[in-house]
Amino acid sequence: MSHDGHHSVVIPAPGPEFVPHTVAHHFDTPVQEFQSAKLGFWLFLATEILLFGGLFAAYFYYHDLYPETFRVGGQQLDWKLGAVNTSVLLLSSWTMAMGVRSAQTSQKQKTMLFCALTVLGAVIFMVIKFFEYKAKTEHGLFVFPHMFDNYQVDGSSNAGSLAWFTDVHNVMVDETGAPLLHGHLFFAIYVTMTAIHGLHVIIGAGLILWIMKGVAKGRFHAGYYLPVDLVGLYWHLVDLIWIFLFPLLYLVP
Amino acid sequence: MTTHAPILDTQKAKSEQPKNYLNCSSGFWSWAGTLDHKRIGIMYLIGTGLAFLAGGLFALLVRLHLWEPNGMLFTNDQYNEIFTLHGAFMVFLFVIPAIPGSLGNMILPLMLGAKDVALPRLNLLSFYLWVMGAVLAALAIVLGGFDTGWTFYAPYSLYTNKAVVTIGLGIFLLGFSSIFTGLNFIVTTHKLRAPGLTWFRMPLFVWALYATALLQVLATPVLGITVLLVAFERLYHIGIFDPRLGGDPVLFEHFFWFYSHPAVYIMVLPAFGIISELVSVHSRKPLFGYKLIAFSSLAIAIISFLVWGHHMFTSGQSTYAMFAFSFLTFFVAIPTAIKEFSWVATIWKGSIALNSPMLYTLAFLIIFAIGGLTGVILGALNVDLHLHDTYFVVAHFHYVMMGSIALAFFAGLHHWWPKMFGVMYNETLAKIACVTIFVGFNVTFLPQFEMGSQGMPRRYATYVPEFQPYHSASTVGAIILGSGVALMVSYLVASLFIGKKAMQNQWGGVTLDWLTPTPPPLENFAHAPKVTTEVYDYSTLDLKSTQTPIG
Repeated sequence: MSHDGHHSVVIPAPGPEFVPHTVAHHFDTPVQEFQSAKLGFWLFLATEILLFGGLFAAYFYYHDLYPETFRVGGQQLDWKLGAVNTSVLLLSSWTMAMGVRSAQTSQKQKTMLFCALTVLGAVIFMVIKFFEYKAKTEHGLFVFPHMFDNYQVDGSSNAGSLAWFTDVHNVMVDETGAPLLHGHLFFAIYVTMTAIHGLHVIIGAGLILWIMKGVAKGRFHAGYYLPVDLVGLYWHLVDLIWIFLFPLLYLVP
Repeated sequence: MTTHAPILDTQKAKSEQPKNYLNCSSGFWSWAGTLDHKRIGIMYLIGTGLAFLAGGLFALLVRLHLWEPNGMLFTNDQYNEIFTLHGAFMVFLFVIPAIPGSLGNMILPLMLGAKDVALPRLNLLSFYLWVMGAVLAALAIVLGGFDTGWTFYAPYSLYTNKAVVTIGLGIFLLGFSSIFTGLNFIVTTHKLRAPGLTWFRMPLFVWALYATALLQVLATPVLGITVLLVAFERLYHIGIFDPRLGGDPVLFEHFFWFYSHPAVYIMVLPAFGIISELVSVHSRKPLFGYKLIAFSSLAIAIISFLVWGHHMFTSGQSTYAMFAFSFLTFFVAIPTAIKEFSWVATIWKGSIALNSPMLYTLAFLIIFAIGGLTGVILGALNVDLHLHDTYFVVAHFHYVMMGSIALAFFAGLHHWWPKMFGVMYNETLAKIACVTIFVGFNVTFLPQFEMGSQGMPRRYATYVPEFQPYHSASTVGAIILGSGVALMVSYLVASLFIGKKAMQNQWGGVTLDWLTPTPPPLENFAHAPKVTTEVYDYSTLDLKSTQTPIG
């Protein structure tokens, strides 16, 4: 944007391997720019928590309605894989924090390394998640017929006569072999929550790769590291949500 | 009426005009890719304006159909689609985004003495999310329409064989458009106020947009996840809202109203903000109870999160919860009444200019008193059990949505039109249109209170003959209302081509938006203005600027 009569504020680069940062034209100072973006991003994180809030509310509600289903359902999940994934994400939060710190102190190589380690953590997490989903599908625990799978409902049809409907209601049995009430609902909530979380992991990893591109070009340094900071915050939020998902889905009886 | 200069002279004058945001660059991409809050505001104005006209057309079709007890135009299924289109277009594409998106974008940074909103790229993104939402809504019509009502209640929205997933995704995008606008306004208000512009020197339109923004950011994500879950439900039968699979449709209603009740205030708070500005400027008097109006916006924002259950008095919830929801609903009336009384007290003994923005404002004050009080009636638990899902409810929320919010939007549009475009519309036609709209509106919706209290249910394609006089009167009113709106659109658009030049400070405002050149230059102010006086201090008014044509 061109503007007559006044000059943009430029933050100089700390060294030849870095590029200076020009403060956006409508801000008077770098601090104003930094604080505005920070405030905006925290508000965005609040919307993310509220978005998941709906899912958590659904979880608690149905846990309350069908406690036995949720008890047995939780036992079907592999808590060891869940624990490994929790550790991976916690570690990746640490590497992300180190990456942000390195960017703030203009250490280009270290920033690249820690960002790469964080992306690696994301990949490990998603691979483990893939095998968990695969096992559940093979055991017939995921019964989610697609709307086009020979399934036409107009509200009047007798859903009980549809073949898949029986499958849905026989997803899990209790210790005596009797079908558990609405067993598939537990897995519906499990898949919805973890899949939306997984999508966030993938988006987060993409953002970190984008950060690495900027780091390679020398755009982030002690004078200007705002995007690194923000992506770091995003990654910690992704981690934080999993910290709640893991005990609720895998461990709570 | 003054005569216009010959065309050649006007063009010459145009080329001599100082550069402003409208003429500083041209071409498609200078608009489509702009980061300027004023141009984005204009694009929102065009977009939401078209959505309003489409929604209004659907409303006229509904009213024409109901001329006769057995319906004149549609089959029952078609009728369901038409009223759903009316509701969805009006709520999601017009009422929620219109005032913040157009007037808010245009005026908020000017009022704060800022060069732009804090996050201009995000601002453009919210506009394009709105566009994508509108495209998906149009696509949903092509793909078979949707007939769930704008509320998308489960389980019907899970079973109906219509394009619910498409419109659901559209609403998801529109939700994030609204979230990003709100987020932007919060940050702008916190970080980009001019030196000396303390919180209690901010114009009340800014306070209202700020309170609105809090709601946009904190309530809309819940709608986002709700429509996503409906989409998953339809695509994969996850069962969360499907009673046959163990899900609870009432949970959908809780989620939906947890957003959609605060959404009512997302819609109405900006309208309150406009009225606060206008009663002061056009009475040339400082606002009565400035701080009370500012805080009442925040109070409404907070209480609005606690009353969603009053939409569900007949849906099955605990009796004690209903007591609480009913009681808390009465509480909203207190800050709302504080506003209404403060506006009236501001006008009292003011130097009132009965121009068209003020006429719309007065119409608002009358209509909103009715819309607000009937809301208190409906909030009473036992009365609501009788009136639930009748035309009484329809009339009540149209007195708020159309009669109050749309009229406040029109008032603000007339008020800031000379600021935005540097031209004045024809005042005589504007006054005629305002009176026509006021009369047409009341003729449309007053009969609906009466037939609703007699038991006419909402959303029915046919009715018993006893209700025909009311329905016919309502249809006549809708036609009057529609012609008033058509007249308004005509002279506003015409003013862009043949309108007189506006004055530098058309109405004699003293907030910062009137201290920039008209229309404002690209970055609004040559230097960030310093604010040294209290807000609405008309002793500082430079009367010469109200007599000086622009250019």
